Amino acid sequence: MILQGLTFYVFAAIAVAAGVMVVSARNPVHSVLFLILTFFTTAALFVLIGAEFLAMVLVVVYVGAVAVLFMFVVMMLDINFVEMREGFLQYMPIGVLVGIILLVELLMVLGTASMSPEVLATGTEPIPDIAHRQNTAAIGDVIYTKYIYLFQAAGMILLIAMVGAIVLTLRQRPGVKKQNIAEQVSRRREDSVELKKVQPGQGI
Amino acid sequence: MMAFFEIGLGHYLALAAVLFTIGIFGIFLNRKNVIIILMSIELMLLAVNINLIAFSAFMNDLVGQIFALFVLTVAAGEAAIGLAIIVIYFRNRGTIEVEDINLMKG
Repeated sequence: MILQGLTFYVFAAIAVAAGVMVVSARNPVHSVLFLILTFFTTAALFVLIGAEFLAMVLVVVYVGAVAVLFMFVVMMLDINFVEMREGFLQYMPIGVLVGIILLVELLMVLGTASMSPEVLATGTEPIPDIAHRQNTAAIGDVIYTKYIYLFQAAGMILLIAMVGAIVLTLRQRPGVKKQNIAEQVSRRREDSVELKKVQPGQGI
Repeated sequence: MMAFFEIGLGHYLALAAVLFTIGIFGIFLNRKNVIIILMSIELMLLAVNINLIAFSAFMNDLVGQIFALFVLTVAAGEAAIGLAIIVIYFRNRGTIEVEDINLMKG
């Protein structure tokens, strides 16, 4: 029990510290790296609470795809990041004020709220015993039966996002020499070779 | 002393609240850099996911984890589209400062 508590506190502290560094790092590349650290520690907390599948999905999707995408964009765009930080201190007081107010409000709600025992009985999909059915299999049991339409809709959302991202960033640049295979293959002899009757001493 | 190490629902909710606040704080702090703003939004979505999974575990209900999966899906799509918009905006204007993005104000 003590080990579990200690693990939670260590990982929570790392996650919060990395989160602070994400928003305050001087270099956006460092921000992305701290974002990755936040996701990793949060994945560890998910494992601690028994949500292994979500932890692995978090690592694969966020660290493997989203954070790398951020990294690509940060490094690809030629931006003067020093200029970007102007007004950093100017917005600091109002940001701190709003942040503290929000945090105090959230923690006040947390402190006064309590869960009634009847609520615990209202769950529709109880988590099976880990020795009997693993977390991934249990999620599969539910998501492929009861939530199959929503699952398909999630797939459609990803497809539309992919198409949208490609359509947005695709561009035809004029004046770029490219190989057109169809044109090459469909070329006939008549299009390219012509016989000319050349009279002697006259040229063409 | 033992109660300190007893991890309950409140601990996870407090962590999620702190992360969410950091996300909001980041949006205030980096008013010019839209990439950091997107990262702050990702932090806030992560906080929401922590909430969902904590409730799922402590209420013994699997649906919370499934909902977190859907939130993850939408967050991934949102990041892809947002970064694509940033790339084409940078291509057209040569800057991504948020304060310069006022063409649609009319």
